[in-house]
Amino acid sequence: MTTKTPEVLHSDVHRDVHRDSQPRRFDVKRFLSNNGALVGLVVLCIALVIATPDFLTGQNLLNIGIQASTVAVMAFGVTFVIIAGGIDLSVGSVAALSAMVSGWFFVSAGLPGGAALAAGLIAGLLAGVINGLASAYGKLPSFIATLAMLSVARGLTLVISDGRPIATAPQVSFLGGSVGPVPVPIIVLVVTALIASFILNRTVIGRSMYAVGGNAEAARLSGLPVNRIIVTVFALAGLFAAVAGLLLAGRLDSAQPQAAAGYELDAIAAVVIGGASLAGGVGRISGTIVGALILVVIRNGLNLLNVTAFWQQVVIGLVIALAVGIDVLRRKSRSK
Amino acid sequence: MTVQPLITLRNVSKVFGPVTVISDVTVNVYPGKVQVLLGENGAGKSTLIKMMAGVYQPDAGHIEVGGRTVVLPTTRAAEAHGIATIHQELNLVPTLSIAENVMMGRIPTRWGMVDRTALRSQARAALDLIGLDVDVNTPVGELGIARQQLVEIAKALSIDARILILDEPTAALTRHETESLFRIVEDLRGRGVGMLFISHHLDEIAEIGDSVSVLRDGACVAEVPASTSEDELVKLMVGRSIDDQFPRRSGLHSTAVQADASPADAENPLPEDVLAVQGLTAHGRFADVSFTVKAGEIVGIAGLVGAGRTELIRAIAGVDSYESGTISIRGRSLPKHSIKAAIAAGVGHVPEDRKGQGLVLDASVNDNLGYATLASSGRFGLADFAGQRSKAQTVAERLRIRMHSIDQPIRSLSGGNQQKAVFGRWIIAESTVLLLDEPTRGVDVGAKVEIYELMNSITAAGGAVVMVSSELPEVLGMSDRIFVMRDGRLAGELSAAEATQDTVMTLAARSVGDTTITDSNLQDKDIPA
Repeated sequence: MTTKTPEVLHSDVHRDVHRDSQPRRFDVKRFLSNNGALVGLVVLCIALVIATPDFLTGQNLLNIGIQASTVAVMAFGVTFVIIAGGIDLSVGSVAALSAMVSGWFFVSAGLPGGAALAAGLIAGLLAGVINGLASAYGKLPSFIATLAMLSVARGLTLVISDGRPIATAPQVSFLGGSVGPVPVPIIVLVVTALIASFILNRTVIGRSMYAVGGNAEAARLSGLPVNRIIVTVFALAGLFAAVAGLLLAGRLDSAQPQAAAGYELDAIAAVVIGGASLAGGVGRISGTIVGALILVVIRNGLNLLNVTAFWQQVVIGLVIALAVGIDVLRRKSRSK
Repeated sequence: MTVQPLITLRNVSKVFGPVTVISDVTVNVYPGKVQVLLGENGAGKSTLIKMMAGVYQPDAGHIEVGGRTVVLPTTRAAEAHGIATIHQELNLVPTLSIAENVMMGRIPTRWGMVDRTALRSQARAALDLIGLDVDVNTPVGELGIARQQLVEIAKALSIDARILILDEPTAALTRHETESLFRIVEDLRGRGVGMLFISHHLDEIAEIGDSVSVLRDGACVAEVPASTSEDELVKLMVGRSIDDQFPRRSGLHSTAVQADASPADAENPLPEDVLAVQGLTAHGRFADVSFTVKAGEIVGIAGLVGAGRTELIRAIAGVDSYESGTISIRGRSLPKHSIKAAIAAGVGHVPEDRKGQGLVLDASVNDNLGYATLASSGRFGLADFAGQRSKAQTVAERLRIRMHSIDQPIRSLSGGNQQKAVFGRWIIAESTVLLLDEPTRGVDVGAKVEIYELMNSITAAGGAVVMVSSELPEVLGMSDRIFVMRDGRLAGELSAAEATQDTVMTLAARSVGDTTITDSNLQDKDIPA
């Protein structure tokens, strides 16, 4: 005897649920409130168009895209981790290590360029897996596990390179080039964004990330393999960091031992400006892209306006505080 | 000539959205008296307290302190009028010392620095009031729950409270600890402090109360002397016969009859053992537990807090491990400590803490309904989006989860609808063995009946239900058989016919050797014994 179908179980209960009866009309106010960061980005761009004629040029926009690509790709990986309720401080170091491993396999081990590129990706993935194992099974807070990896990966990068840049494989250098008029980093940015968004929205692991970050205990009691999910999340973050590292190396035509130092903070800032909650369970790839663009556009604009790099840091810091502050207020007013 | 009350809630009402939670209630607290507030969960007790404590404002009526109408916009304003509340959940910082906790917000300073000597001596004075003899430098976290409660009371007294609200102070206390608390209450009574006392333990009422206000569905249905018999109090509190509240329809219904007629089951017309637990033991939690649950049966597990009921349920659901014994579902044994295997075998677990363990509050109703089936319904790692949505929509309709859309965050639903969603997850997972831990805690009366109906329909379709509940009327009203747990063991089994509050409580409370009743928590909350 089977008692399986829900139809059988609840045939005696009425159906009078109040369905979503509102017509699906585009609600401008709601859109603006849900996409505050996007509105900020648009306002910022308009202000820069007015302030300087150099902003709205094809070359400058491509520059912005190229500069955003490294941070954004890295930030996609961090988005996964933050949604799942963790933090990844190691992505900058892991990016540098991946590029360096790739360069070493090409130059010192003599591997073919394609294989060297793959070796770089695998290095990033492994670093991520270690982060995940330490966090899920070692029960280290992810802040600590990845802080350790930040130091270890950077150290290994220096050990491998002996502190000197290493040339990259042509396949890696290609990542810094162009296909026709379109710079490859921008193509990589778009492709990784689509992949990351697909993972988050359509895959089992993606949906599980929201559950684990929102309430790990509820996720576990529902039968989700929480530890495996955490390892996967960090592995993805490592992989995305490796892609970002290879992009950066491609642009420089070399793997630099100090590459991407401090990028983890930009990546985290991009995710948070994009509306993700550090408490976990909330976040979107589109938000992260906007967050990364805001950071890059501000730097770009301030450069065009001849503001010194010192002041840029001050401005960026204020923008992060402002963006998150507005988001907190918005959530508070809505939950009332 | 009459004594003037310290505080009066005069004809107060409170409305939340469309729901009237409190309707035209008047309560007085007199100096040196203990006014008891009695009512079922959801009767409006906590709303009433919160009005006194300055958390909510009455929508109608007003509050008088010492005969003068006052407005209490904040808890601070209430404190200024000498009103202090000891909440059920303790508001202490475990890492700080007793002294710092007692003096929190009023730490004495000298030239801008903490005056440690004054801090300690003032805290010491507060502790002396209630005879708590511990070092004030001890971190609060090192104290047991009972002593923490006493620290809370000392804190309240140190702000010179004349009106003390005690919200289920005995819920977490042993009999012994309760007695010392009552001695303190007697002492406070002598000092003219007026107290409002909330408890689910009817036997405590006569012991320390003076007068009882009985609340039912937000209205004050009676004010009676504390010497009123327990039976009478229950009648006032429930206000209707237990049968109406617990619509249990036993046994297998139409679907099961059809299934019985099928060839496979023809030779075995008796209901099968769906769940069989044999000699289950986990040190320090439960020992040698054996029982079976048949298809179509609801088995209630009664007992006091700490008797091991939740631990047992969690072990069966694969959440926690155990040392020895076996669990089998429909004759197939279940591996230890595997939630996944339990779910695959048809087990669904509704945990005791809905918000902490049951739901991802920021996620949508749709997502929450789908977690148990997220992985199994996916293909090649892709979530079955459309399938999940349609199942969620169907189940939400069948369970009458009141919401605007299944994409709404589940946080915005009422407790009862949230709880139905936890059930709904297991209905989508097609679970046939439901393990329910306090299934109606914090659920309003209407949704409660819907949950009971849901349990009926599950058993009618041949499923089995194990229900742990501290609400004895619910256990008595809904179970076909009742197991009583005491100190981690099954102390006895009662049929629905022989089970009464008395028989259950006798089994639950009889202590080993019948002499010392110390650690076993006799004063389980929610059991109007």
